[in-house]
Amino acid sequence: MTQFLFYFLSFVAVAAGLMVITAKNPVHSVLYLIIAFFAIAGHYILLNAQFLAIVHIIVYAGAIMVLFLSVIMLLNLNKDNEPAKSNVLKLAAAVAAGLLLVTFTGTLKGTESIIAAQPYDDQIGYVKALGKVLFNDFLLPFEVSALLLLSAIIGAVVLVKHDLK
Amino acid sequence: MFTPDLIFKVVLILSIFVITLVIAMYSTYGERKIAAFMQDRLGPNRAGIFGILQPLADGVKMFMKEELIPDISNKVLFILGPCLAMTTALMTSVIIPWGSTINIFGSDFSLQVTDLNIGVLYVFAVTSIGVYGIMIGGWASNNKYSLLGALRASSQMISYEIAMGLAIIALIMSTGTLSLKEISAAQSGFHWNIFVQPLGFLIFIICSFAETNRAPFDLPECETELIGGYHTEYSSMKLGFYLFAEYINMFIASAVISTLYFGGYNFPFMNDMGLSSNAITILGVVFLFAKIFFFIFFFMWIRWTIPRFRYDQLMRLGWTVLIPLAIFNILLTGAIIFATNN
Repeated sequence: MTQFLFYFLSFVAVAAGLMVITAKNPVHSVLYLIIAFFAIAGHYILLNAQFLAIVHIIVYAGAIMVLFLSVIMLLNLNKDNEPAKSNVLKLAAAVAAGLLLVTFTGTLKGTESIIAAQPYDDQIGYVKALGKVLFNDFLLPFEVSALLLLSAIIGAVVLVKHDLK
Repeated sequence: MFTPDLIFKVVLILSIFVITLVIAMYSTYGERKIAAFMQDRLGPNRAGIFGILQPLADGVKMFMKEELIPDISNKVLFILGPCLAMTTALMTSVIIPWGSTINIFGSDFSLQVTDLNIGVLYVFAVTSIGVYGIMIGGWASNNKYSLLGALRASSQMISYEIAMGLAIIALIMSTGTLSLKEISAAQSGFHWNIFVQPLGFLIFIICSFAETNRAPFDLPECETELIGGYHTEYSSMKLGFYLFAEYINMFIASAVISTLYFGGYNFPFMNDMGLSSNAITILGVVFLFAKIFFFIFFFMWIRWTIPRFRYDQLMRLGWTVLIPLAIFNILLTGAIIFATNN
């Protein structure tokens, strides 16, 4: 059952991912991306990481994609006013993407031999266990990333305010 | 295969589904009666005694009406919109504890479909994806009024979600759990969270109004500016789905408010009356529904009393009043917890 779900979710994720880049209409691309996010959230649940799954849905599907969608709807993009890209640009994009693929394959190829430093804990995805780990073992990185987000918020406010000086 | 537990779960899910639909149906009737009462009219009184069959008549009317799908709109997404709105509206009911445990033939059954480890966050996630039904429908209609309605809905929901989430964080800090079951159980008797989190409750209920698109925050479907907003192009039962989803959302929002802040199925002196545990559970369900009905009435009361906000007022209220207030509430809660623990 779990294996069947894994293959089903992987298929949905990959198919939706392909549709994101091949769909002609940008709004459709965004909608396929949302489906891909849901499939990935399903993978998290299969790994017993409920908190990660729900936060993934809240943040990505629920907030970021809604913003994307409303911006794209406002821009009203369609084929007529899309700037035509030159062949050199297309070639450069293909080469860059190919190199990225090589890098990813190279990175992931060796991962099978990595041995986990700690025994696997199937409770780690639960909120309580995750909170304990975050606030005991990884407090500094956690707070630093919080600061990073805070600085991004302040940056957004500064950009909006014209009359600071 | 067919364990008693499984059978009970299926019966529970089906009955919650039916109850939700019936309550949503009769909310439309209630809404019209309350509006009529407030405006010194009679309201629907022709179909059946006191007009009690009016929702059925409305349903038949909706089904019988001509179905129009605009030529130039995106057909698949046009149909997907109302379906999504309805589905997301129904999804939250699975984690609401409708009562504590009930004892049938010697085994205990919990009156909650599932108690997720992430509890409250699930409610939050469903609310945040609820906007897609409106957005997709509004965009696929290929109509400027619908698009404006959809855009308003999305920005409004995102803005108020933040304040809502922050209000929930303060609540989680004081209860110490995410699970709705434990939150309900901790409010046993009269230890309701409203006395612990009055400010959080105020923020949460204001945000609930915005998230369910109810007046005074019903700008996505503001008739005077946008004809019908996101559902301008919809007709027949697809329009019915959108309107119905709003009433289901209202019912679920009332249930969530009752569970989080008003004790859920708990009622005062529940453990001092010497009743059997089954009697307490059944009375608890009755009390929960009484609280839910009160909040549905409250939603309607506000709608027919307070005029609609202007859009910039709505945004200003969300970002410059509710969010700072919610952050202040978190700080206050943290300070109180710190002071009482030392």
